[in-house]
Amino acid sequence: MKVLVPVKRVIDYNVKVRVKPDQSGVDLANVKMSMNPFDEIAVEEAVRLKEKGLVEEIVVVSIGPSQAQETIRTALAMGADRGILIQSDADVEPLAVAKLLKAVVAEEAPGLVLMGKQAIDGDNNAVGQMLSALLGWPQATFASKLELAGEKANVTREVDGGLQTLSVSLPAVVTTDLRLNEPRYASLPNIMKAKKKPIDVKSVADYGVDVSPRLKVVKVTEPAKRSAGVKVADATELVSKLKNEAGVL
Amino acid sequence: MAVLVVADHDNTEVRDTTNKTVTAALALSKDVDILVVGQGAEAAAKAAAGIAGVRKVLLAESAGLGKMIAEAVEAVIVPLMANYDAVLSPASTAGKNFAPRVAAKLDSSPLSDVMQIVDANTFVRPIYAGNALETVQSSDAKKVITVRTTAFQAAGTGGSASIEKISGADAPKTAFVSEEVVKSDRPELGAAKIVVSGGRAMGSSEEFHKVLEPLADKLGAAIGASRAAVDAGYAPNDYQVGQTGKVVAPALYIAIGISGAIQHLAGMKDSKVIVAINKDADAPIFQVADYGIVGDYKTVVPELMTALG
Ligand SMILES: Cc1cc2nc3c(=O)[nH]c(=O)nc-3n(C[C@H](O)[C@H](O)[C@H](O)COP(=O)(O)OP(=O)(O)OC[C@H]3O[C@@H](n4cnc5c(N)ncnc54)[C@H](O)[C@@H]3O)c2cc1C
Ligand SMILES: Nc1ncnc2c1ncn2[C@@H]1O[C@H](COP(=O)(O)O)[C@@H](O)[C@H]1O
Repeated sequence: MKVLVPVKRVIDYNVKVRVKPDQSGVDLANVKMSMNPFDEIAVEEAVRLKEKGLVEEIVVVSIGPSQAQETIRTALAMGADRGILIQSDADVEPLAVAKLLKAVVAEEAPGLVLMGKQAIDGDNNAVGQMLSALLGWPQATFASKLELAGEKANVTREVDGGLQTLSVSLPAVVTTDLRLNEPRYASLPNIMKAKKKPIDVKSVADYGVDVSPRLKVVKVTEPAKRSAGVKVADATELVSKLKNEAGVL
Repeated sequence: MAVLVVADHDNTEVRDTTNKTVTAALALSKDVDILVVGQGAEAAAKAAAGIAGVRKVLLAESAGLGKMIAEAVEAVIVPLMANYDAVLSPASTAGKNFAPRVAAKLDSSPLSDVMQIVDANTFVRPIYAGNALETVQSSDAKKVITVRTTAFQAAGTGGSASIEKISGADAPKTAFVSEEVVKSDRPELGAAKIVVSGGRAMGSSEEFHKVLEPLADKLGAAIGASRAAVDAGYAPNDYQVGQTGKVVAPALYIAIGISGAIQHLAGMKDSKVIVAINKDADAPIFQVADYGIVGDYKTVVPELMTALG
């Protein structure tokens, strides 16, 4: 079986985000960019399936600027086999990403699309569900456990209230949650090997998908700032303040 | 234009996230209908009919809907959208699961985690773990919205909408296997007035429960956790507060042995009052805390229990 893993290049999760003074967006100049953490988990899971002999080929795809090739290389160094970059310098909305991925699925015919539940820049948590709906494939989102069993996948999902296990028939779309696995660091030899793995560079036009935005960003602003309060000496003072000053007890 | 709210409920009652979503919906239209999907959810439909300002309640039932299987929920909503200009659901895990599917089927760009409705086409939502807020204008005819319910007041009760049964749907390619529901007599994390949360400092599951449960019980609080505490198995996954867990905004949030990473702050920084107990005076959690105690929780928490009487 072939697995398709969509990966997004996003601001590194450790970077302190700054809103631009002109409110046009977030300052991305000279900040560290990385693979979206949930996508790393998806790549790791795909590599583990391959190591178990359940998967023959892992194809990673990214929609983004030419630097997203680095993100694809990271996935190749972790163990993916080849990459596709659909180059776009403009931001592509989740709906258009889902449409492009649908077109990639039509070409590649994977048995499973394994992807992140959420990109930590836009925090949409939408592409996987939309791709599943567009393809008419079943979905299992927020996975903390994935087992392939013949024509089906058993997926345990993290939901409000606890865990839910579903059995979906393949092909299917599965999105990852934090507890699915702990992604590996690529070893130096694997980083070297990844340099020779193929990346196919495409343009949005190659897929005939209309990616014009539906949402116009009017402005991007900073949220109301919370300021640090006071340090209290002990629990007695805390309780007194909570009762008399804050009025929350 | 009429709008549809998809209820969050437990079959017997609607969660207050539903009332909050109704408030958001009323900012778009006076004609708000509620869709209750489930199995054996008639009581929840009655409760929904009692929410003030609601025109009509639709009830759809099936086995798959009872488990909130996204494909089934989508199959119920999409045909209904001929009659509505927008569909809103709380940004619960269930809402996040089905709403984007509905959007894809309607060829509409989904609006996730909306925290303010500026006008019928303009919405404010958090991005980058809430470190920025974006105001977006949608050009789609039908809007598909999940609502950050902590940002809206709950609509009251006293309504008497009619209830109409409609046909359910199932998901032929997705089968429910099992579920593990975390049982607790404490308030739900999302609805609690007080939340006490523990972090990696707890060191073990036993310690996590031994330290936090008596305190939570004394305060009538819900228990939350950082990702580190959940990853380490100290607490179940649905305790996780943060960017990729639950978003809470209680009157009082007490963070114990939590450093205050941005991903954690994203889930609790809109709480009214924040208390931090941490042995590291430089922990970032103190930058958002109204009251901080620098100290070992092992001594501070027992003292707190005593001070609370
Ligand atoms: C994609 C992504 C998503 C994430 N989503 C979330 C999320 O939703 N929610 C979330 O919480 N995190 C999330 N994280 C993780 C986040 O970045 C932090 O790693 C995590 O919040 C740290 O948890 P912690 O504060 O418990 O642990 P630590 O950062 O290890 O902090 C432990 C704290 O306990 C204090 N301490 C230790 N011993 C004691 C003692 N005896 N008494 C008092 N204090 C003590 C220490 O001083 C320290 O400040 C996410 C990360 C990524 C990459
Ligand atoms: N530009 C992109 N290129 C490749 N994959 C993407 C892109 N945007 C989103 N995805 C995938 O969709 C998932 C969910 O993203 P989102 O719905 O935007 O939060 C991500 O974790 C990725 O797996």
